[in-house]
Amino acid sequence: MQRKSKIVLTQVAIVLALLLAWELGVRAGLIDSFFFPAPSALIARIKEWISTPDFWTDVGITLLETVLSFAVGIGIGTALGIWLGLSPFAADVVQPFIKMFNAIPRILLGPIFVIWFGLGLTSKVALGVTLVLFVAFFNTFQGVREVNPIVLANARLLRASKSALLRHVYLPSATTWILSSLRVSVGMAVMGAVVAEYLGSSAGLGHLIAQAEGVLDATGVFAGIVVLSVFVVALDAMVDRVERRLLVWRPSPAHES
Amino acid sequence: MEGHATAVDLRDVMIRFGEFTAVKSMDLTVGETEFVAVVGPTGCGKSTILNTVTGLLKPAAGDVRIFGKPLAGLNDQSGYMLQQEGLLPWKTAQDNVGLGLVFQGRSVEEARERARPWLAKVGLRGFEERYPHQLSGGQRKRVAMAQTLIMEPRIVLMDEPFSALDVHTRRLMHRILLDLWQADRRSLIFITHDLDEAITLADRVVVMSAGPASRMVGDVRITLPRPRDVSALQTTDEFVALYREIWSLLGAEVEKSYATQK
Repeated sequence: MQRKSKIVLTQVAIVLALLLAWELGVRAGLIDSFFFPAPSALIARIKEWISTPDFWTDVGITLLETVLSFAVGIGIGTALGIWLGLSPFAADVVQPFIKMFNAIPRILLGPIFVIWFGLGLTSKVALGVTLVLFVAFFNTFQGVREVNPIVLANARLLRASKSALLRHVYLPSATTWILSSLRVSVGMAVMGAVVAEYLGSSAGLGHLIAQAEGVLDATGVFAGIVVLSVFVVALDAMVDRVERRLLVWRPSPAHES
Repeated sequence: MEGHATAVDLRDVMIRFGEFTAVKSMDLTVGETEFVAVVGPTGCGKSTILNTVTGLLKPAAGDVRIFGKPLAGLNDQSGYMLQQEGLLPWKTAQDNVGLGLVFQGRSVEEARERARPWLAKVGLRGFEERYPHQLSGGQRKRVAMAQTLIMEPRIVLMDEPFSALDVHTRRLMHRILLDLWQADRRSLIFITHDLDEAITLADRVVVMSAGPASRMVGDVRITLPRPRDVSALQTTDEFVALYREIWSLLGAEVEKSYATQK
């Protein structure tokens, strides 16, 4: 416990020192506030945002897009991963296509989705899904493939049906892999939503940043980035809790004991 | 033959994997309440015999009869305890024990209800909620044993179940297994490479020749009285005499198997 608080204290000290140096640098004129606005200006801007209902609408929209692309991406990716994991033939047939599709820089699909689905929610979710899907797919696929063969044989000897095997053996085994990818997936979902908003939309945090950029308002861009970081950290903490709930059966890492 | 009926009847069974003949000719009958141990050098196809009895392997030639009926498909009378760890790491001890019942379509509550007395039988009362990683190797084996036996198979198959355990834990496992079997006798085929273990546990010890193309070279009745005291048994004259008798068959085969490995 003491070690933990020591770590946190050190981390806080580093952040405070950096912010202080930044702030003093701007005030002393060593740093150009046009490119690097002072932390105090950022805080003031964020405060200003928080007091307007528009900002909360933007946050709400980005959150909705994130959650939707996350849920849909994980759903499709997991289903695909299980199917291909259990069917070697299908896996061999489909694999090159998946690799090819995965090799496309997904950000470039953003404009196409805007053309297809318009400026609304759908184009944002579509981009997020293409990002999340592959992470979920590759992890589930690996998880299903790497089920301990002894455990599998034992379950079969206990007369497990196919659906029972899926439910009691394959899925829990893949869960470890899926969960370890959740963190990456959350980041991907946020990225998909924000980038798509940035490319073309009328609301959302990405839109907010794009607007600020349009008038060369560095303060607005930085403030937007800070808000986004807090947003991702909050989502990450939620994923952490889910992970701990679902993986109680796993031996705890050695360094914690 | 002990017991009234014959549970397992293998006649002239030959097992091949492509061009490779694992077992050339095997005759084995096991009574309804009989405990048979199969010993043989490494690689003599001991495990393939169990796989044949379960129905996982189809013999290239010969007859497999289970309670008088020819075996078609998987054997629904048998329970199989594997050599290696097969517990689900994400399920507690009681859920692992009740796993087969859940696979049968019973509710999780019912499975737990019935799993608890079985955990007690193998000496794991109070360990119901533990996960496999929180149990020792011997405790995990006991969970696996309960997992197999709770299904009340009429034929129990065990493939070197205790080979990975230390001597003391193994002796404890022998005592638990013998107590359970004594209380509710079933047909049991026990594969091992440890002759001590075979004589301690079984009614009959079957010796197989070195592989490939192995066959049965001996079938010795173990006349030691039951119930047996696992810890005192191995120093008795009778035990030593049986050990010598079987080793005279097995030792030569072990030598041969070493020679081919070199």
